[in-house]
Amino acid sequence: MNAPQTPHTLHFMPSAGFRARSKNVVENPFLRQSFRGAMDFLMSKRAAQFPDAEELESLRSLGERIRQYNLAKLPDLLLRLEDKLTGNGIQVHWAETPEEANEIILGICHKHSAKLMVKGKSMVSEEIELNHAAEAAGVGALESDMGEYIVQLANEKPSHIIMPAIHKTKEEIASLFAEKVEGVDYTDNVDALIQIGRTVLRQKFLEADIGLSGVNFAVAETGTLCLVENEGNGRMCTTAPPVHIAITGIEKIVEKLEHVPPLYSLLTRSATGQNISTYFNMISGPRKPGEKDGPGEVHLVLLDNGRSQAYADEQLRKTLQCIRCGACMNHCPVYTRIGGHAYGTTYPGPIGKIVSPHMLGLEATAGLVTASSLCGACGEVCPVKIPIPDLLVRLREEAFSEPKANPAMRGQGAGHNGLISNIWRGWAMVYRSPTMYRAVSWLTSRFNWLTPSKQGAWTSVRVPLKPAPKRLRDMLAERR
Amino acid sequence: MSARDRILAKLRANSPSTAGELPDVASWYAGHRPVESAADKAQRFRHFIELAHAEVYRVSRDGWLQKLWEVLSARHIDKLLVSRDTPHGERALAELPQSGIACQAYTQAIESWKAELFHHIPASLTGARGAIAETGTLILWPDEREPRLMSLVPPLHIVLLDASRIHNTFYEAMTTEGWQDGLPTNALLISGPSKTADIQQTLAYGAHGPKELVVLMIEEDLQ
Amino acid sequence: MTRTPPNQTPPRDVYFFATCVVDQFFPGAGMDAITLLERQGLRVHFPEQQTCCGQPAYTSGFPDEARKVAAHQLTLFPNDWPVVVPSGSCAGMMKHHYPTLFASDPARKAQADALSGRIYELTQFLVEVLNFKPEDCGSDCTVVLHTSCSARREMNVHVTGRQLLGDLAKVTVAQQDHESECCGFGGTFSVKQPEISGAMVEDKVKALKATSAERVVSADCGCLMNILGHAAWKDQQEGRTQPALPGEHIASFLLRRTSKETAR
Repeated sequence: MNAPQTPHTLHFMPSAGFRARSKNVVENPFLRQSFRGAMDFLMSKRAAQFPDAEELESLRSLGERIRQYNLAKLPDLLLRLEDKLTGNGIQVHWAETPEEANEIILGICHKHSAKLMVKGKSMVSEEIELNHAAEAAGVGALESDMGEYIVQLANEKPSHIIMPAIHKTKEEIASLFAEKVEGVDYTDNVDALIQIGRTVLRQKFLEADIGLSGVNFAVAETGTLCLVENEGNGRMCTTAPPVHIAITGIEKIVEKLEHVPPLYSLLTRSATGQNISTYFNMISGPRKPGEKDGPGEVHLVLLDNGRSQAYADEQLRKTLQCIRCGACMNHCPVYTRIGGHAYGTTYPGPIGKIVSPHMLGLEATAGLVTASSLCGACGEVCPVKIPIPDLLVRLREEAFSEPKANPAMRGQGAGHNGLISNIWRGWAMVYRSPTMYRAVSWLTSRFNWLTPSKQGAWTSVRVPLKPAPKRLRDMLAERR
Repeated sequence: MSARDRILAKLRANSPSTAGELPDVASWYAGHRPVESAADKAQRFRHFIELAHAEVYRVSRDGWLQKLWEVLSARHIDKLLVSRDTPHGERALAELPQSGIACQAYTQAIESWKAELFHHIPASLTGARGAIAETGTLILWPDEREPRLMSLVPPLHIVLLDASRIHNTFYEAMTTEGWQDGLPTNALLISGPSKTADIQQTLAYGAHGPKELVVLMIEEDLQ
Repeated sequence: MTRTPPNQTPPRDVYFFATCVVDQFFPGAGMDAITLLERQGLRVHFPEQQTCCGQPAYTSGFPDEARKVAAHQLTLFPNDWPVVVPSGSCAGMMKHHYPTLFASDPARKAQADALSGRIYELTQFLVEVLNFKPEDCGSDCTVVLHTSCSARREMNVHVTGRQLLGDLAKVTVAQQDHESECCGFGGTFSVKQPEISGAMVEDKVKALKATSAERVVSADCGCLMNILGHAAWKDQQEGRTQPALPGEHIASFLLRRTSKETAR
């Protein structure tokens, strides 16, 4: 098993207090209604993209197979990717931790005396809190995806991995722009708001020294970085500034170019219900001699940040199959009730619950893994068939079991509670023994009038549970 | 040990012994995508890219310039960015100025005229390498003749497409053309004008890239 | 998923695994399920030694405790008869999770695999094995069906309950908003995350009530405990003496509708 890594703590959103934050949202009828509407919209868009259940199932199976195949070859493929990218003129960097990744990126910025970095949408850059690190290093980091731009203006974090500003209404955005963007009057016309963003950010694309982006698929055989987007800001970031830095988790790799089309199709259809995104941007090198635009330098930062820990365990490795479509959160009844911020992690929703423990440790995320009714909606829609409910059950075991000498993951046992464990031990003693079970259930039914009227959290919105005066087995005995 | 070595060592220590057989992508596509005539493919391409808010005009091999002029005139655009080194760019350069449209060729490296491109070029004309019927997608491989930013920065992007180069699927395009043997520095799929739904899931066009995408589709000689 | 086709020669004997919730909280539903099966000419065997499938510990992250309890249930069904379970989630536990729970215990793994193939959720058994077509003896009524997430996504039997209700000539099955969404029970989830669970059951009960159905039926007593528990609490809060949303197990409803003396 691997050694625990340097703990990484998110600066802006403490993982503690999940229950309090979710309570705040749940008790706000406006937010409840707004999340519900947004998720209903995304669910129906996705459903419309998959009219043929048989095609969907076979495509999901293919997607799962592709991801598992490539993960199985991950170390070899990383080397091939590095080799091929280097041959293409792209510089490859490796980072074990968010701190190392920030250091690499800001090192490149300093080398170019960069003042402004424009950013395409990158959840990995959120994961390493690059904006925070850049600011501290005196480099301006400006989000250029419309949703990310809005969230950054509001000094917030994305609440959804695909639609970062899904928690905001157009009226809130209108007020935000009127307050924060120079020379802008209040308008809640969406087209007008987008044109304001366009105008502001065009100037920044023109001025920026560095463009930063994420990566959706990195192709080993061709040395190609693939980016999926609708707005064109990703293309701006990777084309207009003199230097392009891409950052990705080490798992986003495929061996063959032909692995891309099925995954890409699953991604856009699952995420936003589009048959394809507006742009698919395949970058295989910096500007060549004779070419008139494109960055002179292209860098790729490969980030581990706990992924190798998930990789080490056959079951937990499935976490890394994820292609970040967000369909699990769109279909999650918990996400729908509380939105993305309540989670307190970069990646919210079901995927966040299974990936964050590897990044932040179970000590920071043990509460999150209990926040699921295991209804299975996430696993049902996952385009690469990640068994999210099974992984949540596994993470609960890792969180609540007694601390072990060689844990499979950081923070194993962090949620261990001797009393709770003893309750379950007692429960098992009763239910493994028919004699004890009969005795206990006889007592609870005969003395059901002793059932307390307050049963902790259960009775906060429900009447108490009361055993029936006669058990089924008593009724059967009487019938004979 | 470097971060690279540590990461690789951790992964190697726990890699499964076998990855199994290569996923059979080919047979999935063989079983799930119809074979269509060139005319059907052109029709399907048109259907999907129009759904994505692009305009498509059917043109002849000789007549596309007339349609290009009409598209520009209807928008009162009198300036067009073209390539000096492509046949269509040359033709536009040669013929459009007489009809009141100034053509600017992309001849200099971007550094010398970035601000001008961003602020003063209302439209551009490029070719397309091909297209994809299934999704209504243009395939562009920008190069020294038609650089990357031509299809991104001007608010109106006009694309000349030969309908005989429409593939059924993205998979078919890359495999029949052998993309795995080498890709250009930048290859693009474009499926409509730039858009966003980041504000309250309301679709708005012209986020950062072109606000309008016009396809002039040459539909001659299709079986 | 392997499915037994509607059988030409239905089994003569079945085991009935009641589940701990039915035994202690919904014994009437258990009796009704047994009566329904017996009416089809089956001998129903209730292993006296049965307790719980082990799911509460399993989903809470205590697999060792779940294994101990599950291991005991493995011994209860020696004959090669179907095991009928009046609960989708407990059936799902026994059918799909027992084999993985005993993955590293070859002897028990073999038992679990063998048992897994014999596990049937009640409505699934009625439809797929018995080809049961209930004959409606009651008068017009509208009900709404809640299907548990396990029945829907793990057992893939959400169609069988609907089919049985659909076969009742005078019964209209109302369609609720967000039908496939979880009711918020989720075992210990309901007490570990009471705010979220509470919001989910609140929305579920609202959606069920909005159909104006006269009752909710479900093949899962866990969901019923949650849904009816909240509905009754709401009745108390709003000072109602009659339940705004009565409900019962689908077995009870089916039995009553198909019995001339009790049909209503």
